[in-house]
Amino acid sequence: MLEIIEALLSSTLEYFPALLFAALGATLSERSGVVNVGVEGMMRAGAFCAAVAAITFPTPVGVLVGMLAGAGMAAIHGYLCIRWRSDQVVSGMAINLVALAGGTYLLESLYGPNGTPPIHQLTRWHLPGLSEVPLLRVLSGHSALTWLALVLPFAFHGLLYRTPLGLRLRAVGEKPHAVATLGLSVTGLRWLAVLGSGMLAGLGGATLSTAVLDRFEQHTPAGLGFMALAAMVFGRWTPLGAFLAALFFAFGGALRIGLASSAPGLLEVVPQGFLLALPYVLTLAVLAFQGQRTHAPAALGTPYEQESR
Amino acid sequence: MISLRHIHKRFGAVTALDDVSLDIGTGEVIALVGENGAGKSTLMNVLYGLYQADSGEVLVKGQPVRLRSPRDAIAQGIGMVHQHFMLVPTLTVAENVVLGREPSRWGRMDMDRACQEVAATCERFGFKLDPRARVDTLSVGSQQKVEIVKALHRGAQVLILDEPTAVLTPQESDDLFRVARGLAAGGRTVVFISHKLREVLSVAERVAVMRRGRLVAEVRAANTRPEELAALMVGESRVPLAEAQTYHPPGGEKLLEAKELRARGEDGRPALQGISLEVHAGEIVGIAGVDGNGQRELAEVLTGLRTLEGGGGNLLGGPLTGLTPAEARRRGVGHVPEDRLWRAVVKAMTVEENVALGRQTQAPFARGLQVDFAGRRERTAALLKAYEVRPPDPEVPLQALSGGNQQKVVVARELDAGPKLLVVVQPTRGLDIGAVAQVQAKLREARDKGAGVLLVSLDLEEVLALADRIYVFFEGRVTGTFTRPEFDEREIGRRMLGTHGEEVAHG
Repeated sequence: MLEIIEALLSSTLEYFPALLFAALGATLSERSGVVNVGVEGMMRAGAFCAAVAAITFPTPVGVLVGMLAGAGMAAIHGYLCIRWRSDQVVSGMAINLVALAGGTYLLESLYGPNGTPPIHQLTRWHLPGLSEVPLLRVLSGHSALTWLALVLPFAFHGLLYRTPLGLRLRAVGEKPHAVATLGLSVTGLRWLAVLGSGMLAGLGGATLSTAVLDRFEQHTPAGLGFMALAAMVFGRWTPLGAFLAALFFAFGGALRIGLASSAPGLLEVVPQGFLLALPYVLTLAVLAFQGQRTHAPAALGTPYEQESR
Repeated sequence: MISLRHIHKRFGAVTALDDVSLDIGTGEVIALVGENGAGKSTLMNVLYGLYQADSGEVLVKGQPVRLRSPRDAIAQGIGMVHQHFMLVPTLTVAENVVLGREPSRWGRMDMDRACQEVAATCERFGFKLDPRARVDTLSVGSQQKVEIVKALHRGAQVLILDEPTAVLTPQESDDLFRVARGLAAGGRTVVFISHKLREVLSVAERVAVMRRGRLVAEVRAANTRPEELAALMVGESRVPLAEAQTYHPPGGEKLLEAKELRARGEDGRPALQGISLEVHAGEIVGIAGVDGNGQRELAEVLTGLRTLEGGGGNLLGGPLTGLTPAEARRRGVGHVPEDRLWRAVVKAMTVEENVALGRQTQAPFARGLQVDFAGRRERTAALLKAYEVRPPDPEVPLQALSGGNQQKVVVARELDAGPKLLVVVQPTRGLDIGAVAQVQAKLREARDKGAGVLLVSLDLEEVLALADRIYVFFEGRVTGTFTRPEFDEREIGRRMLGTHGEEVAHG
């Protein structure tokens, strides 16, 4: 029994960082008032560029390149939504489509359909002291990104609720005109949030190709970006909420794998498709129960225009 | 202290400001009056750096300054309280006040110091506000004080108040006037934008009048009568005077009998908490109250737009429970909603199409399954003429009309359907004097012809001018009922603030 639980927890910790980074990214952008459904595409760009860079350079450099790629995609989003005030959902979906098609095109023309060549995975940290302690030993054997994912939500929480910048970001998502009348730059704050959002989503994608796997695969991130959006909503647009939601969804993913491997007999009764769908069904169920949008920032999705009458 | 020189500002084809020059002195309360669209707010937004003037200059203490953003204006000691508050409702008083100049230590926000600073500013100017209270828990009057403290906290020497009393009760307005005079006595300048002439004359020393983007007169308040100001604002000597009111006793048939109505608001909180009221044929029943006390939800319940969660009653011969918008229309309920662009009209469609909306299957708008183009045009043209809509052209898109003319189209359509009960919400908000008088006259006319009118307005003056009976709403309950001629403005104001009115007003 203990072994099963440990296996589930370990696999949760494996999958949760990518989801969490993307969920935090989405939260950052949306708290400033800019809808970001392009998280999926930004993750894909991050995953691809990280893997390609890691072929030639050390893997940590690849991770940084992945973050920059995410920010690059976010810059397109920001240019359309902030500079030209276009529809934020449409822009986000466009980014997803561009990343899907562009990623596939580049992959196939550079490396063929089976993914990039394998790279060195990020170093896994084995903690000798922990390996004998039941339950806690699941913390051993993960990359630095897992540890970052355990710390980042709290740092982000501090930023959002304990610093002047955080106050301004929250204010600009609730009532941009109030921020403008105090002489602060609405567009500047939103650019900051959107670019940061892209970096976090890119980091999430890079996590997939450098820590979870050791290459970029055709279908990466396979809907994880949308699950990150669900985690953001489920977490009520707060960093700590997104943290818990990401853990919950990652646990759902681990359960799927755990069930399939620990009870092979189950597959004869339940079609594999049902197991594969488990995390997504969980996501849908949670969102359906949560219902209302009352926790969303008030100005979410509304482009800011100064001389509007 | 401040001089505006030859300011011009255009929005597209519309000239908003046309060669406006104005001097604002130190230690005075100066009022800026004019009809909606006369350019008052635009002028002040130029002074506050929100709009850029196309030409002209602003001098502060004799030196020309460039005001490219509110930051520049704040640096020159100019502060502004907007008509629609610029507060972040989910943040606390202190957070709102220090936003943009937050005290911090090693990158961390110093919330304790922020609260102390804000408390000190409040203390200095005599405001009683709790720095740690969330803004959305405060009354409208208190929120306005937060706005004023925000400006003073930034060292404002000149305070611009844009339509500050539009949403206040009489008590809260008096309070504000005291604050304004106190600030002027302390050497600051208060610019008061308003179109309520009596209150302007009572609070200001000097009044500047604007009309169609031009500054047309400057007068001393002491030797000016409201009628003269009104004539200057409208630009003609004939000013529609408020008609003498006579009381219409509720002798007619009972159209609406609502008992213990309960309903939730958009945010899920209980908005109606046991409302009972009646409307008879041939009377105007006014609902007075501060914004957000259940008036909107009542109007929605009566027009079938909101589900009743408790209570019930009779509306035009049928039950209130389970009412749908179609059923309400069928029974004879007319509706002039609060936000016409949201609920009443489709702005991209033509005026005649908008007039047909809701009756598009009936004569004279349809014949069988077909649109009756000729009948529709004829009826629309007749209505536009009767309501003096400009331009009187049924074929232009509705959005080509000014707000006042759009509203006249809505009122015309609803009254033309011959409603037995008319639910009107904020029917004259944002209209100029002429349109206000016309819409009000049409409502009286409908009443005199035997319709019942339920009037919801945040403008107490309007309710007092039109209603035969008044229900006062506070937090979803009726806290007072008044019958003409026993309207007591002060008492109604107290009831609008609930039983603990005085504390709220000064909190």
